[in-house]
Amino acid sequence: MFYRESGDFKTSYAEDQQSFPIKFDRYAIWILLGFAFFVVPFFINDYWEKSVLVPFLVWSMAALGLNILTGYCGQVSLGTGGFMAVGAYSCYKLMIAFPGMNIFIVVIIAGLITALVGIAFGLPSLRIKGFYLAVATLASQFFLIWMFNKIPWFYNYSASGMITAPERTMFGIAISGPSAPSWATYLFCLTLVTIFAFIARNLTRGRIGRAWKAIHDMDIAAEIIGIPPLQAKLSAFAISSFYIGMAGAMLFGVYLGSAEPGEAFGINVSFLVLFMVIVGGLGSILGSFLGAAFLILIPVLMKNIMVGGFGWPADLAAHLELVFIGGLIMFFLVVEPHGLAQLWRITKEKLRLWPFPH
Amino acid sequence: MSPLFLNALEVIVNGLMAGIMYSLVALGFVLIFKASGIFNYAQGVTALFAALTLVGFQTGQVPFAHLINTIFGTKIHHWGDGFNTILAIILTMLVMILFAWLLEKIVLKHMVNQAPIILFMTTIGLAYFMEGFGDLMWGADIKTMDVGLPSGGSLWLEDFTKGWAASGTEYYGMYIDVLDVWAAGIAILLVVALTLFSQYTKTGRALRAVADDHQAALTVGISLRTIWIIVWSLSGFVALVAGIMWGSKSGVQFSLSLIALKALPVLILGGFTSIPGAIIGGLIIGVGEKLFEYSVGGLLGGATENWFAYVLALAFLMFRPQGLFGEKIIERV
Amino acid sequence: MKFKHFSAAFVAATILATSFPVAADLTYPMLSYRTGPYGPNGTEFADGYADYFTLLNERDGGINGVKTITPECETAYNTAKGVECYESTKEGALIYQPLSTGITYQLIPKVTADNIPLHSMGYGRTSAANGKVFSHVFNYPANYWDGASVIIKHISDEEKGDLKDKKISLLYHNSAYGKEPIRTLEELAKKHGYKLTLVPVDHPGQEQKSQWLQLRRDRPDYIIMYGWGVMNQVAIKEATNIRFDMSKFIGIWWSGSENDVLPAGEKSNGYKAVTFHGVGDDYPVFDDIKKYVKDAGKAAGDGSNIGTALYNRGMYAAMLAAEATANAQKIHNTKDITSGQMRDGMESLKIDNARLKTLGLEGFGPEINVSCENHGGPGLAAMQQWDAKAKKWKLITEFVESDRSVIDPLIAEDSSAYAKENSLKARDCK
Repeated sequence: MFYRESGDFKTSYAEDQQSFPIKFDRYAIWILLGFAFFVVPFFINDYWEKSVLVPFLVWSMAALGLNILTGYCGQVSLGTGGFMAVGAYSCYKLMIAFPGMNIFIVVIIAGLITALVGIAFGLPSLRIKGFYLAVATLASQFFLIWMFNKIPWFYNYSASGMITAPERTMFGIAISGPSAPSWATYLFCLTLVTIFAFIARNLTRGRIGRAWKAIHDMDIAAEIIGIPPLQAKLSAFAISSFYIGMAGAMLFGVYLGSAEPGEAFGINVSFLVLFMVIVGGLGSILGSFLGAAFLILIPVLMKNIMVGGFGWPADLAAHLELVFIGGLIMFFLVVEPHGLAQLWRITKEKLRLWPFPH
Repeated sequence: MSPLFLNALEVIVNGLMAGIMYSLVALGFVLIFKASGIFNYAQGVTALFAALTLVGFQTGQVPFAHLINTIFGTKIHHWGDGFNTILAIILTMLVMILFAWLLEKIVLKHMVNQAPIILFMTTIGLAYFMEGFGDLMWGADIKTMDVGLPSGGSLWLEDFTKGWAASGTEYYGMYIDVLDVWAAGIAILLVVALTLFSQYTKTGRALRAVADDHQAALTVGISLRTIWIIVWSLSGFVALVAGIMWGSKSGVQFSLSLIALKALPVLILGGFTSIPGAIIGGLIIGVGEKLFEYSVGGLLGGATENWFAYVLALAFLMFRPQGLFGEKIIERV
Repeated sequence: MKFKHFSAAFVAATILATSFPVAADLTYPMLSYRTGPYGPNGTEFADGYADYFTLLNERDGGINGVKTITPECETAYNTAKGVECYESTKEGALIYQPLSTGITYQLIPKVTADNIPLHSMGYGRTSAANGKVFSHVFNYPANYWDGASVIIKHISDEEKGDLKDKKISLLYHNSAYGKEPIRTLEELAKKHGYKLTLVPVDHPGQEQKSQWLQLRRDRPDYIIMYGWGVMNQVAIKEATNIRFDMSKFIGIWWSGSENDVLPAGEKSNGYKAVTFHGVGDDYPVFDDIKKYVKDAGKAAGDGSNIGTALYNRGMYAAMLAAEATANAQKIHNTKDITSGQMRDGMESLKIDNARLKTLGLEGFGPEINVSCENHGGPGLAAMQQWDAKAKKWKLITEFVESDRSVIDPLIAEDSSAYAKENSLKARDCK
């Protein structure tokens, strides 16, 4: 009733193969994007920007990247934090070395550098599988963090090894640094995420995405039907690292403004992004966004309810928050093991049939 | 003998001891993975929770005191002087069994036949839950763990080995922490007991049957759910032992849950499904990382242990992708 | 779907509801942490901070008649949460004291843009002591480099002024914080001729066997520790294991709390740490805190940690903030000050011994004198030593001055590097 697929006829291949073949989806996306691009920037304030929207966008980008690798290609990785650090440090070095460079280009190049690193650390995946691979990717996590901590060149020989993002601009408007306006940083992240979510959606529908899914289902079988595992796995690592690197650059440059490798990109970040992907839904673009929303926004929401709403002591609230998040994760998995994206699919089904369920 | 050689020997011995400590944590992972195919991310937090509970019983804390005080405006902290160590350990064990039972009843029974990554995710939720729950129950301050185990460098060994070095060289005797020796002893006992249990008791045989094949075990009438409760209780016990050992070193506090990270390279090296693998893997990782830090670490600026453990495990995996003692992965199309 | 809509609306409602705190009161947001790996330490500091403001409200009716409030926000020592907390509390905030070097770095550019002062007392960016570059950041009364220098001075006193060829090891948390003193200690090594070895420990630092085997082989004359959290407890335990002379093992103030020494038991007797404020509860102000706050049931914690090192530090931080507020009220001749006026109050803050005495804190800290150029205060620190029998710290030296001739050039160098990186111009301080 509310959600209809019928009556939506296609008369050309181009129409049939567009990103959102169902009219309803298309309209919904356009309205959502219109709202995000043309309404939100006028109402955004510092709190919404720094605590809700920008973190959500940055982590969505990271979750998108990991979902390509883990959800679509089936390679579980716990090196996300390390790769984000590569993106952040590339971003920092580029910012310092080329002060006049457009920050958009800086972020893209940071992503490309991370992609190269990702390929190098993806090589073991040709031999190691499953949880063994997950733990093996931790080697890259710990090594990269150690390296950024140890080699002074990466942090410009400062006393403490912290890096701080200077003010850099795009079309004359500050995007990084303290005086960047909220709407500008928000729109910057939103634009990047929109473009690359769109690219991700189309990549995963195309030839390369099918190759990844085949590898995901069974790599030996995929090899037999003529999919080169080397190419498929390494391309997944490269593209995933590219996304994650950009997320790292945005996290450091636009969102946090300064970073220390062990704290901002530690092992807990790797786990956090993996949680997002699993809670959101493996192999789903929408799931990446839902997972990021769940793990970034729910804690903020709960804190505001318990401390702001009920006036409980902050420490009790913090402990209860953990209990609730843990409970919620388990509850969702009991109810719907395939993530939040599957819940959405079920809802769609319900909406399609309503009010005539039979 | 030259001091250089003796120092290396000392590093190796201490590496072995550290390795045992890693194995203690890894054992809990292996038990659960063998019986249910679940990679239990919450093992570290379980160790913390068990240690917190033990200290809570020992010192006579009132559980959830802070929460109760906030809601009812009371001022309670302790109900008395607490139990002695043995009784506290037994009570803690009962709590862990109760916990395993509840976990199975509420969560795990819905999770039969799910993909491994989903099960993994469930344990992540469990980890979050227990971290908050443990703090709520016992408070987040640092507690001193004292179960009467001796600790400190062994004077006897120091004196005994002092003469080994060539005369005229600087050598101070070999160092070993008595607590580590105890830990090693307990770990060996634990492994022997676990092996005996799984080889010679009826429940143990049922355990192994479940580990081999869930479906087949079910068809011959083994209750999967009972087995799961037993396994989770067992791993709770192992977590308690690990919690006591690590807690004696650092006090019982949140950081105790991070010991899980030390167990991961041990696990992949030894294989997820092998109890001896966990021990041998621990020894290799312990010696490997300590020797690397001793020989090369200084040149690289130190603090190399964390990543080297993983690199070492990775190197082993290149040759044996299922770990040293893991079951061979056979893939059919 | 319904759930999503509902929760989205709920997020919006609650965030809106909480982002406008009541004005009129003097607001001191607390970015505290009571969970996570550093939770035990953060709790004590936060309790001290909150209790002092409660005391002012209960005893004096606030600062010059204006009530104070301390909205608390849990950061879990996590920089991202720190940013969230900052943004959610900055409306009407007078001053920030995040108790985390990472969060401090994060906030330095932000507070400067928002015109809110940031006080990182004994942590944060050391070169922020240069007020010409860092207009809104203060780190009086002492910073990491002062701490390192005072430790060396103490060692030099112990050795009767001769440090030539002595072996000193620095055991440090391998992070921004732990690396701070390295350059100072290297410069001082050039001056005094001791041999410095660096021994890093990775976060979290539960396993330090390699490090302590190395230290045992090296037999350093002194070990200096810059640790935090579980690293402290394990290091002190391992030091007792190798039977290192505890009186030659010296920590920075973040490695000198009761939490750090208690797990090692009696053997930790004699361990030393440098500090910039008094220890114990033998000061008149604590009687007031017990009377007006603890016994009235208004304490932030359960009151058991009054007088611990970190509680005292939190209380001291609150006291300095309150004094700066009073000062700002005086200069600007208004009771309801803004954060900009608070900054002016901090920049001209003067606390002498007579004032400390009226506060009930005689001898608790050195005299403080902040100026436009010098945001770092006097840089005085004293040594405290652990008495394991009595389970108490005691001060064993006076507050002594750090080696300005070494530290000042380092501060100038580091702050000018920051200014250059961020294309800032140094302020003119008449």
